[in-house]
Amino acid sequence: MKAYEKVIEKLLLICAVTATLSVILITIFIFKEGISVLSDYGMINFIFGTKWSPTNGNYGILPLIAGSLSVTIGALVIGIPTGIACAVFLSEVAHKKTAKILKSAVELLAGIPSVVYGFFGLSVLVPAIRQFILPIIQLFNEDASTSGFSILAGAIILAIMILPTIVSISENAISSVPIEYKEASLALGANRQETITRILVPAAKSGIISSIILGMGRAIGETMAVILITGNMPKVPGGMLDSVATLTGTIAMEMGYATPEHQKALFAVGIVLFIIIMLLNLFANFTLHRLGGQAND
Amino acid sequence: MNAKIKIENLNLYYGSFQALTDVNMNIYEKKITALIGPSGCGKSTFLRTLNRMNDLIDSVRIKGNVLLDYKDIYAKDYDIIKLRKKVGMVFQKPNPFPKSIYENIVYGPRIHGINDKQKLDEIVERTLKEVALWDEVKDRLKKPAMGLSGGQQQRLCIARCLAVEPEIILMDEPTSALDPVATLRIESLLEELVRKYTIVIVTHNMQQAGRVSDYTSFFLSGRVIETDETDIIFSNPDNKKTEDYITGRFG
Repeated sequence: MKAYEKVIEKLLLICAVTATLSVILITIFIFKEGISVLSDYGMINFIFGTKWSPTNGNYGILPLIAGSLSVTIGALVIGIPTGIACAVFLSEVAHKKTAKILKSAVELLAGIPSVVYGFFGLSVLVPAIRQFILPIIQLFNEDASTSGFSILAGAIILAIMILPTIVSISENAISSVPIEYKEASLALGANRQETITRILVPAAKSGIISSIILGMGRAIGETMAVILITGNMPKVPGGMLDSVATLTGTIAMEMGYATPEHQKALFAVGIVLFIIIMLLNLFANFTLHRLGGQAND
Repeated sequence: MNAKIKIENLNLYYGSFQALTDVNMNIYEKKITALIGPSGCGKSTFLRTLNRMNDLIDSVRIKGNVLLDYKDIYAKDYDIIKLRKKVGMVFQKPNPFPKSIYENIVYGPRIHGINDKQKLDEIVERTLKEVALWDEVKDRLKKPAMGLSGGQQQRLCIARCLAVEPEIILMDEPTSALDPVATLRIESLLEELVRKYTIVIVTHNMQQAGRVSDYTSFFLSGRVIETDETDIIFSNPDNKKTEDYITGRFG
């Protein structure tokens, strides 16, 4: 019996070590491949350079960072209110049966491959922006023009893609707020809306914030859908209807034909992406602790 | 004597299960009415009909009249928000919101439109003094209510309830989760509160009913067996079942 337990223990140890080791190996690999470009080209020039033109030896990734951030922020601006509203509806407003159907529909969204989202965006959203949104913008600014391949298109598609994450985790968090809080609020003469906005959502905020962090991670890392609809123009964008290239999209598209130096630059892009995601996670965790701390102290 | 609430032929069903049958009762103003009876006899359900908390459960059907100041609270045009402002409730388990002590108290008044900082401060001080909690917490009003002891939390919940200036306070076994010392403090608090408020208290503890209440109503299987002055119920009840329960022969 003892020997048997020891074997199991060692097996579990190996599994745990494998997971950690993979992270470390991947990190080392990316840094080993990309770090030479960073030092040769100069860290400042690389990150703040506004020209990404690998064939001419220009490796400034500011446009790519701006592209990734603008699409991600756009997705969050659209996705967070929609997602939280949907979660509140499912947990507090909808009838149980309706909620069950809607919930599985939302969860189904998570199962759609990202290339399908991209294709949907390409064939529906991009032309729609060109035909319907552009004329509205032109009422205010006659010079406006767009191909439809834009930050807006990317943001909308990414918002839909992160909805299942935000909705299901937030819904869970709101549903698990103790019923005693709800009863106490109603018994004081609060109506349903006041109870939701002042008691239930604040009590569920750590879960809601976690859902947003996970959604943001998915949005910034998404590649396929974004390649198909953002236009892949490595320019610092000036508005929502401009085409952009993202960090992930650029790596995916250019790796296939890249010269050795270009390839190293793409690895360096990977390093930047890696660091951005780390920073976002740290920041998000920090916010979570601060808010959680406020709730408990 | 002025009947603050008059309950007439009240029947309540959970789906097809009848939880209350033909309940008739008067609840007198500025008196403590205790509801006693074995578990599952319907006393908590009855309490919750008085501020319509049963509305939260989909399958509940109610027949009969509950007249508060001669008006039927189940009438279609009765404002349920006003009802719950008038009829406060304290629950079995202390349930302060996960907010500061201060925020817990001002939640109700804010809901009802009081936003003046000075007024809110006054309410906090007044209600905390009413529940004898002020001296214990006045230096940490901005600290979370969850950091208080169980007894303090329950007194905070009573203060929170008082903050919306109710006329009636419903208490659903308010001391069952508390230790004997905290229980005694709540009981002596009730004696203070009844000068201003009408109190209905559900209790499992017969000694408690005997100690604090003016009237006692004995529930059994969803029916009111007997309601009378507490002294009479405990010394000379009319009904044999009441006597058996009081003397501990079942329950």
